[in-house]
Amino acid sequence: MKRWKYFAVIITSLLLVFTLAGCGSQSLSSQNLYENDKKTKTVTWGVKADTKLLGLVDVKDGQEKGFEIDLAKAITKKMYGKDAKAKFVTVTSQSRIPLLKNGNIDAIIATMTITPERQKTIDFSNSYFDAGQSILVKDGSPIKKVQDLNNKTIIGVVGSNSVQNVKKFAPKARVLQLPDYAQALTALKSGQGDALTTDNVILAGMAVNNPGYKLQGKAFTTEPYGIGINKGQTDLKSAINKALSEVEADGTYNKLIMKWFGNVPGFNYKEVLRK
Amino acid sequence: MQNWIDAYSWINIRFLLQGLWITILISVISVILSFIIGSVLGIIRYAKIPYLSRIVGFIIDVIRNLPLLLIIFFVYFGLPAFGFKPDTIPAAILAMTVFESMMIAEIIRSGILAVDPGQMEASRAMGMKMSQAMWHIVLPQAYKKMIPALVSQFISLIKDTSLATIIVVPELMQHGQVVYGQDPNYIIPVFVAMAVMYFVVCYALSLLSKFIDRRMA
Amino acid sequence: MIHLLTSNWSEFISGFGWTLLSSVLALFFSLIIGSLFAILEVVPNKFLRIIGNIYVEIFRNIPLLVITMFFYLVIPLYIVKINGFTAGTIGLTIYTSAFIAETVRAGINSVDPGQMEAARGQGMTFWQAMRYIVLPQAFKYVIPPLGNQFVNLVKNSSVLAFVAGFDLMYQGNAIASQTFDTVNTYVIVGIFYLIITLPISYYMQHLEKKLA
Repeated sequence: MKRWKYFAVIITSLLLVFTLAGCGSQSLSSQNLYENDKKTKTVTWGVKADTKLLGLVDVKDGQEKGFEIDLAKAITKKMYGKDAKAKFVTVTSQSRIPLLKNGNIDAIIATMTITPERQKTIDFSNSYFDAGQSILVKDGSPIKKVQDLNNKTIIGVVGSNSVQNVKKFAPKARVLQLPDYAQALTALKSGQGDALTTDNVILAGMAVNNPGYKLQGKAFTTEPYGIGINKGQTDLKSAINKALSEVEADGTYNKLIMKWFGNVPGFNYKEVLRK
Repeated sequence: MQNWIDAYSWINIRFLLQGLWITILISVISVILSFIIGSVLGIIRYAKIPYLSRIVGFIIDVIRNLPLLLIIFFVYFGLPAFGFKPDTIPAAILAMTVFESMMIAEIIRSGILAVDPGQMEASRAMGMKMSQAMWHIVLPQAYKKMIPALVSQFISLIKDTSLATIIVVPELMQHGQVVYGQDPNYIIPVFVAMAVMYFVVCYALSLLSKFIDRRMA
Repeated sequence: MIHLLTSNWSEFISGFGWTLLSSVLALFFSLIIGSLFAILEVVPNKFLRIIGNIYVEIFRNIPLLVITMFFYLVIPLYIVKINGFTAGTIGLTIYTSAFIAETVRAGINSVDPGQMEAARGQGMTFWQAMRYIVLPQAFKYVIPPLGNQFVNLVKNSSVLAFVAGFDLMYQGNAIASQTFDTVNTYVIVGIFYLIITLPISYYMQHLEKKLA
């Protein structure tokens, strides 16, 4: 029976260690990330690696490319000058908030919608993009709108709010959550689900090089994307907001929209142009 | 057929090979580190030092009995609470090292146990210190006995690095996903390529282990 | 942490159940398949031996994740629709069976070859001698390593999370990203895994000592 005593000891000590760890994690909020980054002239952004048009790793050179990447670079330069550098850390919907809270990254620009639940944990910049949730289906699918998904299987991504949204519109839908978009899309193609749900702009990017799949129906939610920032980093937040409005005012924003979305079937870029 | 030719374009293959390189890099660094740490922990557990051996033993048992995926999450999401913020590749190396050290510690301990205890006693009787007897007499024999187990642990480690794809470590599995994410027709060719790459590396190692085993016997 | 556990109790428990079910199913089938290939590796027929060898070497040297993803993504595309749980369990079974084959083969080899000869001398066929004389003895040797394989199996079943298999890790990921309480969620998940794996691995250590 001795072993059981040890077993209990292990578990209690594990619990203790992690509770203590949880208490010890306050140091980050006392740092001023805005001033830290000013010294190094580098902002570390959490970006997506699997989302075409927004943030995708290019097989040719291993670099991240997309609208969010370009926007992050533009914002960094507005914040700290022409020679400032944007550093990218690839995140998934699951890992982005833990990484931000832990301080691996300074800010998240990774298709993250501003939601009240998330605002309890982190802060957001002003919205930098207006997406809406939609569904991607195979050509000829009987599913015409989100409500048709009751009693059907729908694929989403762990950590995205789309999986929670879809339950409001189709409460009887069966939801499968996969680790990232690349896998979610492949699972849809393999017939693991009847539709893939996430924001229309992400789906549009998928439809581009996957003939036989299309965006179905109108967007059924509005998903304003915001840059995620840790609570208490007010200097960083206002600097990002200021830089964002400058990028919008001087036309860089619209140029980037045209560059990435100007020619995407099923996605009307004019709706997302600013000013 | 065209799918296979397109999927195996040099750009894609090069990208997969870059992933394989990271896989090997992570595995080699982790195996070296965990061999050292594992040896120390294994000897501590074997030596029955009051309290210390027990505590080390518990830690080994707990970590050994958790899924590696969980260790990866703890390192990547949990460690920063202690003020250490690893990037993905160092995080993967650290997670692998923590996990593998515990596995290797057990291999080392049972290797030492398999050496005839009379040898230790004899060396002590000849006036050697415990540490001397361990270093010169027991360990060399123990390591020889453990080679097959150690190599197969190394092979497991290479295969297990694929789990690190969950935190977007740019290793072979992750690069494979990026490549077949481009085009639906690439899935099978990419899976075949990944399987072949893993197989070649792991199988070569297992042949090497059999060869060494035969030479030593 | 207590609150996290109680408010997500049903998810944790259902994940725990699926993990256990997948592990038990995979153990059962991989025992059968593994023993079969182990026997193939020791039969007098060279052709069968090669087949046994190829199977074992292939699946021992490819990551479980690759095998599982193959069943989840590729098989439904061309052959038959299978869900994440099934794909994951099949992947686990195939992967583990290769290791069990190696373990059982070592067990068979550790049985004195004289026994096989004696049994054959008594007029038994190869299969009869295998079934009644060699295998029962071999299994006694392989029980502790098989127990360790089961522990590995439970740990490895976390790949189901990659294919939406509703296991413990999948539920953990979902809960962690909804509550934003990442570390605590994974601590709870870890404890659930330990509830299965620690007692088995301690029991196996105990058995090993007893048999040695």
